[in-house]
Amino acid sequence: MSKRKVKETHMPVGECISQVQMILRERFCHQRLPEKPVGMESQHKHLLELLRRTAVHGESNSVLIVGPRGSGKTMLLNCVLRELLEVKDVNKNVLPVHLNGLLQTDDRIALKEITRQLNLENVVGDKVFGSFAENLAFLLEALKKGDRSSSRPVLFILDEFDLFAHHKNQTLLYNLLDVSQSAQAPVAVIGLTCRLDVLELLEKRVKSRFSHRQIHLLSSLSFIQYLDNVRSQLSLPQDFPDTNFYDEWNDGIKVRHFSSYPQLVDVLQRHYNSSKDFRSLHLLLMLALSRVSASKPAIKPTDLLEASRVCMVDSKANILHGLSILELCLIIAMKHLNDIYEGEPFNFQMVHNEFKKFLQRKSHSIHNFDKPVVIKAFEHLQQLELIKSMDSSTAKIQKEYQLMKLLLDHSQIMEALQKYPQCPTDVKQWAMSAFG
Amino acid sequence: MVRYFTRLRMRRIYKWGGRPYIFDRKLKSYGFEYLNMSVEGQEAVTTVTPGQYILIEGNDDEYPFVAKLLKFFGDESHKQKKALVQWFLRLSEVPQNKKLLLGRSPHPQEIFYYLGRACDNEINAESILGTVDVQHVPEDTPFPEPGTKDTLYVKLSWDTKAFNVLDPVLMQDTPASTPPKPALPLFPPCASPTATPVSRGPVRRALPTPDPTVMRRAGSVSDTRATMSAGKRSTLEAESIHSASKLSASKILSAKRRGSAADTPGVRKKLQLSIGASPGKKMTRADVLCELLDEEMESEKVISLKLSSSVSHSLQHGCSLSPMRSGCKTPNGQRRFPWKLSSISLDRLSPTALGEQDLSSDLLLAVIPLALEDEVFEAGLPTDAGSANTPKKRQATPRRNYVREQKATTPSRRKESAMAIRKPALGVLAEEDSEDSPMQPIALTPRSKRKSAQLVSLRIRKQLNLLDNTQELISDGDDDCFVPSKKDLQSSSDEEKTDSEEETRGRNCKTSVRTPCKTPSKKKDLQSSSDSEEETMVRKTRGRNGKASARTPCKTPSKKVTPSTPRHATPSIPSRTVPARQPGNILEEARARLHVSSVPESLPCREQEFQDIYNFVESKVMDGTGGCMYISGVPGTGKTATIHEVIRCLQHASDMDEIPTFRFIEINGMKMTDPHQAYVQILQKLTDQKVTADHAAALLEKRFSNPAPKKETTVLLVDELDLLWTRKQNVMYNLFDWPTRRHARLVVLTIANTMDLPERIMINRVASRLGLTRMSFQPYSFKQLQQIITSRLNKVKAFEEDALQLVSRKVAALSGDARRCLDICRRATEICEHSTSHPSSAGLVRMNHVMEALDEMFSSSYITAIRCASLQEQLFLRAVIAEFRRLGLEEATFQQVFVQHRALSRVEGLQPISVSEGLAVCQRLGACRLLLLEASRLDMLQRVRLNVSQDDVLYALKAVRD
Repeated sequence: MSKRKVKETHMPVGECISQVQMILRERFCHQRLPEKPVGMESQHKHLLELLRRTAVHGESNSVLIVGPRGSGKTMLLNCVLRELLEVKDVNKNVLPVHLNGLLQTDDRIALKEITRQLNLENVVGDKVFGSFAENLAFLLEALKKGDRSSSRPVLFILDEFDLFAHHKNQTLLYNLLDVSQSAQAPVAVIGLTCRLDVLELLEKRVKSRFSHRQIHLLSSLSFIQYLDNVRSQLSLPQDFPDTNFYDEWNDGIKVRHFSSYPQLVDVLQRHYNSSKDFRSLHLLLMLALSRVSASKPAIKPTDLLEASRVCMVDSKANILHGLSILELCLIIAMKHLNDIYEGEPFNFQMVHNEFKKFLQRKSHSIHNFDKPVVIKAFEHLQQLELIKSMDSSTAKIQKEYQLMKLLLDHSQIMEALQKYPQCPTDVKQWAMSAFG
Repeated sequence: MVRYFTRLRMRRIYKWGGRPYIFDRKLKSYGFEYLNMSVEGQEAVTTVTPGQYILIEGNDDEYPFVAKLLKFFGDESHKQKKALVQWFLRLSEVPQNKKLLLGRSPHPQEIFYYLGRACDNEINAESILGTVDVQHVPEDTPFPEPGTKDTLYVKLSWDTKAFNVLDPVLMQDTPASTPPKPALPLFPPCASPTATPVSRGPVRRALPTPDPTVMRRAGSVSDTRATMSAGKRSTLEAESIHSASKLSASKILSAKRRGSAADTPGVRKKLQLSIGASPGKKMTRADVLCELLDEEMESEKVISLKLSSSVSHSLQHGCSLSPMRSGCKTPNGQRRFPWKLSSISLDRLSPTALGEQDLSSDLLLAVIPLALEDEVFEAGLPTDAGSANTPKKRQATPRRNYVREQKATTPSRRKESAMAIRKPALGVLAEEDSEDSPMQPIALTPRSKRKSAQLVSLRIRKQLNLLDNTQELISDGDDDCFVPSKKDLQSSSDEEKTDSEEETRGRNCKTSVRTPCKTPSKKKDLQSSSDSEEETMVRKTRGRNGKASARTPCKTPSKKVTPSTPRHATPSIPSRTVPARQPGNILEEARARLHVSSVPESLPCREQEFQDIYNFVESKVMDGTGGCMYISGVPGTGKTATIHEVIRCLQHASDMDEIPTFRFIEINGMKMTDPHQAYVQILQKLTDQKVTADHAAALLEKRFSNPAPKKETTVLLVDELDLLWTRKQNVMYNLFDWPTRRHARLVVLTIANTMDLPERIMINRVASRLGLTRMSFQPYSFKQLQQIITSRLNKVKAFEEDALQLVSRKVAALSGDARRCLDICRRATEICEHSTSHPSSAGLVRMNHVMEALDEMFSSSYITAIRCASLQEQLFLRAVIAEFRRLGLEEATFQQVFVQHRALSRVEGLQPISVSEGLAVCQRLGACRLLLLEASRLDMLQRVRLNVSQDDVLYALKAVRD
């Protein structure tokens, strides 16, 4: 054993790095379930108890898990299901049915999917036959025939629960919740949603059948906990083959290293202020991880800073960098128009006039452009969605006279001008001057 | 058997044959001797004469109704063609829950003599499809091998409660093939003297039996009580004469009977001698009788006991002489089997006498047709016996001598038939699984290839199965008529035992009256069990030999599944391997009881509503009429539960024979995909047919508007009525229109949430048909909610009294929804359980537990959500409010808010975020619905609104800062 360990410590660095990247990538991108959900112990217990009662006692239940995006709803549920299925009695006894409101966009599709996942007898191979009405009648009949003690409990997991509430008549929800409130086959209806007002979406007879159990996942973790999370997300698991590398890596991301870089703490604080959820954190860490290579076998604070810079960058300012001088001039003309008319929409002709004024009065470096060329540039801006047409019916009005609005903030324009490579000085000055 | 033709393909032409005779002058109705049926474009003419067994067009083309034709009649114009029949049932027509009462697997060609009373025995003659052979099989002999495949067998009778051994007397074996020969030169004067020999029998038969139903119908149901009084005197007079002669006849008969049973001719002769006094007088008496019967039928209820109770008494005694009936002799038994006593053993007076005793018109209604029918039997007898039986005698002892004769002849006949049956028994049984095959002339029919292919595949499957235990074979063969139950999986002997046990138990629990009948039933069970064992044996051998019979066994053709769906998909959830655990401690017990799904023993707090609905439905069921009722109330006030409770009680009452049987069907507007599916579901629940919506509507229309056989009243519960709304409202219109039809016997109970639904969404003609029978369920008050919980807990001490009161008060103040109340209590038990370390040591549910549960369920999560939001999100919310204040509007664009946001972050000393980040923050808040946003494609221009009140936001944010 020890011999092997010694041998393993000599694993080449490149291999270690690829191992690390594999492990961490699985964590960040593939949503690998953690050992235990953090910061939601009571919710975990509540849900586990509930589903256990359905699985073991055959008690029908309905529950909603509500929380903002990225707060770990699916993770919690999957953890609970994993734990539940480890119980021997339960393992063969429950029938989980996974539905997603984004996939099952109406009841017809949802019913087919349920029937398919339950593998009822009208399923041939992977296909479900029969009309919508037949499928519904069949499923309801099946559920009705079951009873509490003898039939296997069905766990209906409805991801994006709020979207199911938009189905016609809420037939599916009514029926599932009605089954959960009547002496039929035991079911547990678990809805996952990020909408806090989801109950208001339910029709009153559907609402009455819902048990009004809601599990809220509202993380109130502090910055210290956030830092802990960052570390735990980056740290390698115990069973990493190369012990030396393991020690080095985990040492490198200790808290004291973080705190010694006030810049890094600032960046993380900024991320924390922006959002506490795991998804944005994973994005940040993923970008940092991708900078790790064999020549640089550890995550350095600078990596995180660089990653954060990439994360925080303003996308529209980036687009502005890629514009031509003419297009940039048009944008500046629009900005002035916005200033003059207080955000009223403008059309091409107005922009063109403003641009011509600039050319006549101030410009030294920029020569005149033909009108068609300017129109082309204007259209390009529209394609980039930097400007947006205000009229719904575009066909009727000539292009030059369509009313437009600028989708940029002044700060973005100024920022882009600062960074624009080799921007002519007169253009810069024009942009800075008040009222053209 | 004459091939019957499906109506879809060919038009049949019906013509009266023979000369009409008037049998009711008042109503101008005519009787006819026979009916000629021909198919358009074909020469073959089928003649149907009364006494034959006929097939009648029904809802199911494959299995037409079977009946014995009693008589033809029509109106003056000869256009209306009606017939009076005695019904026979197939097992598939027996209600599902009663099928098991049979206690054995049915013979595929078995039919049951219908002794019920709910069934209208008047049919439209044009619905006759053709004739069929029906044989009576004595109860202890096995089913014979079918000589013709189209023969049906009668062994038992069905009285809507139980299967009974059929009195062979009822099944006078009328040779349908041979036309009845003229037995006597003597005819009633109103019958045509020139009638052909063929027609004579029917004519005579029809004459003395004025049909009560005809009278009632033709007289347009005006229930002429007035005419009764006029006719009463004569009735009484005639009756006295009549009864006197009858009495003597019966005495002689019984005496004779005691002497020798087989000596039929002697009996007959003697009777003839004793009664037949003057042929001249007979004629008038016939007339008198004729009239008398009319009156009697009209005044069923009112006829007094004066009609010589002694007669009926003596007749009852007479009845006791017959060995078959001896079990039912008790006075109570009379009530239980009124039809038997009256129709078989009693004179036609006795039904009325009985009716008096029962004071139930329904009973009478049912009794009389049977009585009548007997008369027909009796009339038919002389002809086929070929003896010189005088009509005189028949009139004197209308039914009884016939009965006796039958009794006398039975043994020999039975022996004969038994002999005949034994020989080819194997063959029959081999064909057993081909259910209802008599109805299908297999070789002849131009049936589609698909069907035959199915049949072949079915047979192959069957043969594959034969290696498994035999019981599977049985259930396979039977699963068309039986709901496959768990019992099917047990061994055959077990099944028989349990079934018979069940039957006896069922009978015992009904009333003690049942006990006399126990022995016969047991006997039947024994016999049937041996029967079925034999059948299995035969089937086994047949399976082993693998002989494919010439006739392919067929699956129920009624199950018309679309070809795409797997044919035998049974809707079921797989069963669990480990049984569900039972509640362990008090809290678990309480939780199980408090679950909404647990059916309470009684429904407290809805007594008044229960009573109203009960009375409504009961009265409709009793009267055999129809009606609508509209029930409204907010969700969770017990509407559906109350109706189910009512139906449960009514079912019980009907099992106890207090009210006629009825059928309960439930549809739910939410449980169908489209309002027109309502038709499909109703039809499927009524007849097990699967058809398209349009076809279903047509079939239901036919079913509810035609006077065709209605077995029983249908009670239809339509839940969530508002979902059945269509633009034309034709679904609602039909649902409310059917009950108003004369023959519908449909009671419609509708449920919806809004009280003024009829006024709001229904057009006038629909609302008018719904009528004004309305009821509204008020939300529960806190006392009622408390009572509900207490009654559910039922002495399981799990809650503190105050805690219960808190829950019920809170819920009553908010919605009065009982479901909510129960859910909160359930949650409180969980909290209580978790609050203590050991689940076993958990005590009562206290105030604090309930408070916690209430908080969980009622508190809004917005404030917590704001508190848990990230700093930038909170800042954005503040920016939104600041911008709203600035604008004086409750709406702003993102651009405007973002300016505020930037300013605020400077104030807070935070690094301002980029527009992209700001948009992300805004979207996150929008996803939680703290903000309401326009579509995100508008980018900076999307408008932002708060979904929470500004005060709430400020309160939450303030709390964060502190």
